[in-house]
Amino acid sequence: MTEAIVRLRNVDKRYTRGKQSVEVLQGLTLDIPKGEFVALMGPSGSGKTTLLNLIGGLDTPSSGEITVSGQRLDQLGSGALARWRANHVGFVFQFYNLMPMLSAQRNVELPLLLTNLSAAKRKANALAALTLVGIADRARHKPSELSGGQAQRVAIARALVADPALLVCDEPTGDLDRKSADDVLQLLQILNREHGKSIIIVTHDPKAAEFASRQLHMDKGALLEAGTMA
Amino acid sequence: MKYFPLVWATLWRKKTRTIFTLLSVVVAFLLFGMLETVAHAFAHPSTGITGADKLVTTNKYSITLALPFSDAQQIRSVPGVSEVTWMSWFGGYYQESKNFVFAVPIDTDSYFNLHKGEFIVDDGQLQAFRNTRTGALLNSALMKKFGWKVGDKVPLHSTIWTQKSDGSLDWTFDVVGSFSVKDPTQASAQSLTLLFHYELFDEGRSFGKGNVSWFEERVSDPSQSLAISNRIDALFANSPNETKTQPANDFQMAFIKQFGDIGFVLRAILGAVFFTLLFLTGNTMMQSVRERIPELAVLKTLGFGDGKVLALVLAESLLLCIMAAVIGLALSFATLPIIKQGLQGLELSPRAFVPGIGAAVLLALIVGLPPALRAMRLNIVDALADKR
Repeated sequence: MTEAIVRLRNVDKRYTRGKQSVEVLQGLTLDIPKGEFVALMGPSGSGKTTLLNLIGGLDTPSSGEITVSGQRLDQLGSGALARWRANHVGFVFQFYNLMPMLSAQRNVELPLLLTNLSAAKRKANALAALTLVGIADRARHKPSELSGGQAQRVAIARALVADPALLVCDEPTGDLDRKSADDVLQLLQILNREHGKSIIIVTHDPKAAEFASRQLHMDKGALLEAGTMA
Repeated sequence: MKYFPLVWATLWRKKTRTIFTLLSVVVAFLLFGMLETVAHAFAHPSTGITGADKLVTTNKYSITLALPFSDAQQIRSVPGVSEVTWMSWFGGYYQESKNFVFAVPIDTDSYFNLHKGEFIVDDGQLQAFRNTRTGALLNSALMKKFGWKVGDKVPLHSTIWTQKSDGSLDWTFDVVGSFSVKDPTQASAQSLTLLFHYELFDEGRSFGKGNVSWFEERVSDPSQSLAISNRIDALFANSPNETKTQPANDFQMAFIKQFGDIGFVLRAILGAVFFTLLFLTGNTMMQSVRERIPELAVLKTLGFGDGKVLALVLAESLLLCIMAAVIGLALSFATLPIIKQGLQGLELSPRAFVPGIGAAVLLALIVGLPPALRAMRLNIVDALADKR
């Protein structure tokens, strides 16, 4: 059996809004094997993004255990979580979230600032990541000079550059036209199949979900079913 | 250093706003440099009467109250006093009040004995000065300033002393020579000095005859200055003209303080400028961080810890303030010659700029810390919720 890169056991997540406590995730148990491409689907408010945040180490559970890449995230403090994120996970957002004042190459270099790599090595690695996502020719361009699809490729290069085992993508094609969306999804598929990256995407788009090897459906903070795709 | 490109790029994210903020801080530090330099000059004057071996005796209650000339004999008799000379405040200017001339009526022999070795003066010109009743010996910088030369007649207008002969406030002197000072640190203090004869002054004035503004004494043993000061003042205790004898440097300070506490006034102005600047720059920094909350959240997502985010925002604030301070102080350094023209007699020192960099760092920390703390405490999930 393939080793799980993500392992959740009885995970609850509650938010307190004023005097009200809102339960977003309830007793969630899930294993995602290493090298899998998973699509998390479900209606708005079903808890997809909250689950993604927990897996990515951006948030901590109210109770339960979360183990990602062999590390118990629910036991880490904010500083340790930050260090863990820098080394083990790459993030891709719906609106790319690139730094508008930096060139594509500088954006991709950002995670490498946290390493001891030399400036030349950082630049070389950033260019390699941009080459991998097919956008090395736009390295000197700023985000405002890129199309949505190109900007999302830069964001994927940034997520990849520190060579994490896991990519978490929140609606990565939500802001793209169909053609660009398919290109980005194909790129993610290549990264999964040829480079062994484990990928979890949150999406509303059934066509996007078809690119994943497994779809998970959520509703009201719980996993409904699991299906394996081709 | 590896974070510099990120900090620099962030600083110029909104170019127009950064330029205007930078300019306002530059102007504040230009003012800081100019005012601090002047305040420093007033606080650390280079006196025209140097050395711990020199004392000055004035009226105990105010320098504006005169002392009788006859006190000189008694002061000379005090053990430890090796020379005494006397002077009066003339308060003169040439043609316009802005052309101040430090005209001093002196007793030639005692004055040059007391200041032996301090001046560079041609023997022939000094002799001509002795021989010419209306003669004046001028600092060479003053000669140059007004384009005067030996043989010229120089009319000075006194703000106090009317002439006995015609009630006029105008006094005319014959330029017989020039002098300069050996000690370069005294050059500025002496640059407006015009020496003329006390006899001419005393005989010519319509009132105040036989009085002087202050006495200068040279003591044979500087370590005994305090005791000698006490002895001189004891001579005139309980007399109608009690005296205050002090080291020459203290006298200079007291003289300047007649005009008020210049340093306090200037620093109060600076305080107001920086108080306003705190709000302006602080508000800009807060606004800048507010606009970048999603970007800061992304940095945290990528693994930048709380401390790094705090340091990045503080570094931005430091970079802005120090850059502006350096430009502002450099500009104020460039204005030094102009200020010197307006404050002749005071030695301006660029050393006054040193606190400027300290002020820039302090300003940066004060305005940068609140937004930096806000950035540090940013909750990633909440910050990203607006824009994912």
